[in-house]
Amino acid sequence: MSVTAYFAQHWNEILQATIEHLWLVVITMLLACAIGIPLGILAARKPWLSKPILGSANVAETIPSLALFGFLLPLPWLGARADRLAIAALTLYALLPIIRNTVAGITGVDPAVREAARGMGMTGSQILWRVELPLSFSTILAGIRVATVLTVGIATIAAAVGSGGLGEFIFRGLAMVNNAVILAGAIPAAVLALLADLVLGLLERRLRPASAG
Amino acid sequence: MTAETESASAPDAIIEFRDARYELPGGQVLLNHINLSVARGETLVLLGRSGAGKTTALKLINRLLDPTAGEVRVDGKTTVQWDPIALRRHIGYVIQETGLFPHYTVEQNVALVPRLERWPGGQVRTRVVELLTLVGLDPVRFLGRYPHELSGGQRQRVGLARALAADPPILLMDEPFGALDPLTRGEIRAEFRALEQRLRKTVVIVTHDTGEALELGTRLALLEAGELRGVYSPKEFLQSNEPVAAAYISQLRMVEKTERQP
Ligand SMILES: Nc1ncnc2c1ncn2[C@@H]1O[C@H](COP(=O)(O)OP(=O)(O)O)[C@@H](O)[C@H]1O
Ligand SMILES: [Mg+2]
Repeated sequence: MSVTAYFAQHWNEILQATIEHLWLVVITMLLACAIGIPLGILAARKPWLSKPILGSANVAETIPSLALFGFLLPLPWLGARADRLAIAALTLYALLPIIRNTVAGITGVDPAVREAARGMGMTGSQILWRVELPLSFSTILAGIRVATVLTVGIATIAAAVGSGGLGEFIFRGLAMVNNAVILAGAIPAAVLALLADLVLGLLERRLRPASAG
Repeated sequence: MTAETESASAPDAIIEFRDARYELPGGQVLLNHINLSVARGETLVLLGRSGAGKTTALKLINRLLDPTAGEVRVDGKTTVQWDPIALRRHIGYVIQETGLFPHYTVEQNVALVPRLERWPGGQVRTRVVELLTLVGLDPVRFLGRYPHELSGGQRQRVGLARALAADPPILLMDEPFGALDPLTRGEIRAEFRALEQRLRKTVVIVTHDTGEALELGTRLALLEAGELRGVYSPKEFLQSNEPVAAAYISQLRMVEKTERQP
């Protein structure tokens, strides 16, 4: 069967899988930002914490993805449902780029600006919210963009543990040795990745501080 | 605090270093045995070569650093007794690199401290316009600009306006004119002198330039390798035959000579 014919016949199913996929990515990214940005801020503020935090995120990144799904499987609450398991593993992968860019963004703030802010009598949290975060926003967003593209790709592998998404087609196609079925998963996944890259890239450029541009 | 130490304070001292020392955790001593008092309304110049400890001394005043021995008093209280935030809002701070917020307009930069102090919006706006005018920048042209759209001299003026915004009684300036070309520098310095006479603030200004020190200071404190070598009026300084002072004066003579040559 040709690729187009397969798409025409199964568009409903493909759409369903794309939505599932998108759902996995969105939840993962929300979690990864909620964990990664605060960890990045902490690592930037407390140099002695920076090594352990970045080190652990680095280690998570080096575990092969199938193996990571396997490691998480026996955990009580996480292993109980495929989507939980998938989201946990994907979040671990997404953390590194977000943490790294948050650290880079905050430590990259001109020391004279921070010094002036302190000298002006701003409190630590005022400096964070009004100076450090706005000035590192585009760098953090670049990390989120990398993490999103990464997650769209790795989420296809999450289908191996039964979490659904576009990976279903890829695994099914591999088993059937049918390229059309593989492409029914691969093409929408590639489109999602490109779109995420494009949209977040535009946002990042829009928000970059004028002086750096 | 005992009553004795309170009364030992010079009558009109607004800033007072009492045997203050600052030592890095590694053991390097940046300042040692500093005894110095700054009278209300005077302009004290901290003069010394690069690395002498001038910036460190300023940071002890607004508690960006705490002395590792001795104490620094501001308005009768040691800096350690002050809440650091309250102390810093009480003191304007101008640095050489300006430290203007690149993501804030000139207006937002100057409005920073009044906003932190929750002044009503209309009052903030009026104050910003007043200050820009005071430092010689046309509000209409400059309010909406970002720091990267300004020249070095204009940035320095905005930095000064920002430091003065909430009308702090004390102003600390760390080589505020250092990064400017000689012409702009002379110009801003002269304007600052006029301004200073109008504002009657207590100013501590750091420089390594003897000419600047003599032009701006009511007194000069000479700092070398973390130690205070003497405090002079400009006249005393020029007439001093102490070798340390003499070295600075000869620097001045040399600069004057080269500047007069075409
Ligand atoms: N945090 C620090 N760590 C190491 N050395 C420092 C630190 N702060 C200042 N110094 C050193 O202490 C000396 C005095 O510094 P500073 O007060 O900035 O001098 P000045 O402002 O007179 O040029 C310099 O030699 C400087 O390099
Ligand atoms: Mg200095």
